[in-house]
Amino acid sequence: MTVPLVEARGLTRRYPLKRKGLLGPRLVLTAVDDVSFSLMAGRSLGIVGESGSGKSTLARLVMALEQPDAGSVSFNGENLAGLSGAALRDRRRQFQMVFQDPFSSLDPRMTVSHVVAEPLEVAEPTLTRSARRDKVAAMLAAVSLPDEALDRYPHEFSGGQRQRIALARALVTGPRLVVADEPVSALDVSVQAQVLNLMADLKEARGLTYLFISHNLAVVEHVADDVLVLYRGRVVEQGETADVFDNPAHPYTRALVDSVPGIDAAGARERIRLKDGGRHAGAGCGFAGRCPFAAERCRIEVPALKDHNGRKVACHLVG
Amino acid sequence: MSALLSTANLTIALESGEAPVSIVRGLNLTLNAGETLGIVGESGSGKSMTALALMGLIPSAMRASGSLRFEGQELLPYDEARMTRLRGARIAMIFQEPMTALNPVHRIGRQIAEGLMLHEGTGEAAALAEAARLLDRVGISQAAERLGAYPHELSGGQRQRVMIAMALACRPELLIADEPTSALDVTVQAQLLELIRDVVAERTMALIIISHDLGVVAELAERTIVLYGGAVMEEGPTRALFTAPHHPYTRGLIAALPGRGRRRGRLTAIAGSVPPPHLMAAGCPFHGRCKYSGEDCRVMMPPVTQLGQSLVHCHREEAIH
Repeated sequence: MTVPLVEARGLTRRYPLKRKGLLGPRLVLTAVDDVSFSLMAGRSLGIVGESGSGKSTLARLVMALEQPDAGSVSFNGENLAGLSGAALRDRRRQFQMVFQDPFSSLDPRMTVSHVVAEPLEVAEPTLTRSARRDKVAAMLAAVSLPDEALDRYPHEFSGGQRQRIALARALVTGPRLVVADEPVSALDVSVQAQVLNLMADLKEARGLTYLFISHNLAVVEHVADDVLVLYRGRVVEQGETADVFDNPAHPYTRALVDSVPGIDAAGARERIRLKDGGRHAGAGCGFAGRCPFAAERCRIEVPALKDHNGRKVACHLVG
Repeated sequence: MSALLSTANLTIALESGEAPVSIVRGLNLTLNAGETLGIVGESGSGKSMTALALMGLIPSAMRASGSLRFEGQELLPYDEARMTRLRGARIAMIFQEPMTALNPVHRIGRQIAEGLMLHEGTGEAAALAEAARLLDRVGISQAAERLGAYPHELSGGQRQRVMIAMALACRPELLIADEPTSALDVTVQAQLLELIRDVVAERTMALIIISHDLGVVAELAERTIVLYGGAVMEEGPTRALFTAPHHPYTRGLIAALPGRGRRRGRLTAIAGSVPPPHLMAAGCPFHGRCKYSGEDCRVMMPPVTQLGQSLVHCHREEAIH
């Protein structure tokens, strides 16, 4: 059996919150709560969820930029938690990250050639200066930036071009996995399409695997083979993207899919009406406070993630 | 009967150095009482500057020229006293980020009541009672108790509801909503769009909804204008515009959208990016990215042609017909 490129098992990350008053209870926010997935090489996994759902924390856990409080991430069958600093640095070459904001993720004082060469200096310190420059030039060509870009600064480029620079920087060490956190969310639609096409081309040409995080369902639907829907840190539904979006089972996924305003459906539509509920503090389902179907059991017991028609759903009312 | 709002050749330019730089170029629009109009455009299209111009809130380095009329009355050049009487009372606006529009140190009840006290001379108690009714209408539960809340005690969606309550307070004839839901999660966005649609309908207010998101505009506007580089590309009934676009830019924009039924295919991108305003040529702002463009496109603003139900601003009517 093939080993998944990335395998997350029961990933959990908690952050302590400020005490309410001197003697108040010490509260804990569970940003990521028992998340598991397998990502096979060459596939794309989309992570969707609203702000605060734990998407970015999950990305940081997968990148081993943060340590989980429970659970593990394996890369190519190897548990990252067990690795020494040097070994982890070595593995890092194989997974790279692209961020949302190409305006703040690139150092404004570095030329483009320096920005793109920097990860190479760490990953392959023995490269000669000219070999490094050749690699950087080839990388820029691969993201369709002209040679002249080398000696210019990031601020001289448009948002879409800056995201190309960020992709070049991420790919120059030849990673197998790219974790992209809202990579096109700051871009205009016409430019967003350029970057999504480029990412598809690069994936094809370099055999990349994507973990693609976005709040934009249409983008995830376009990019991802499989999708994982997060709500307050927990997986509520996961499965093949087409299947999940065409036929969402969890009330939250249904509400998400229903909520995307489309250009062909002008005027009022029938939607699931979510309640404007605040954070449901009880022990039950995290979505119970907003769920129009919530029953007594939902407020008491956390629903387990169970198999349902070839996917996984965490809802007492499904299946 | 004259239009509620109309502009003729409305131009907004940055007065700097030798040559003024136009951010909005010759906008003509008409809006009747109770109508809903969408303005879509990407960054640099001039859509937000248009909103500010309608409110008389353009930055001091900018100058508005042409004509801007509200209920037949010419508003240009701006008269601050006149604009103050209109703003809030007759024309209200909601912005993307309610935190910047709400005063963080004042209770929300007082902020909603303020407009009524200022514009209509309502007494404080009556204004606060009306504020509670408005909060209730925009879907804030336990409205009377929430009057005393501060903005930071509310979620993003609730703050935007408070903004809508403030905007409704003086029963304006025109509501301008500039990216009102862009900072919100999609399920909250859907609730707020529904709220805006309902309050606009029940009060027969006119609405101008401004967004980069075609879907948001499609939800609220009967008629839509597509802006690019400060100029109108195409305008028409929203449904017709989005299902049968004519202008090369509108077509490109819609083809570039990922979405249902287009899964896994290649997206049709528009090459290039929006040129900065100071490099904009005298002609069609889209000419540099348009596959149909020629010399006339670069030097002359395009004529306006009726194609289908839309008005199309393009030199290449023959080619795109």
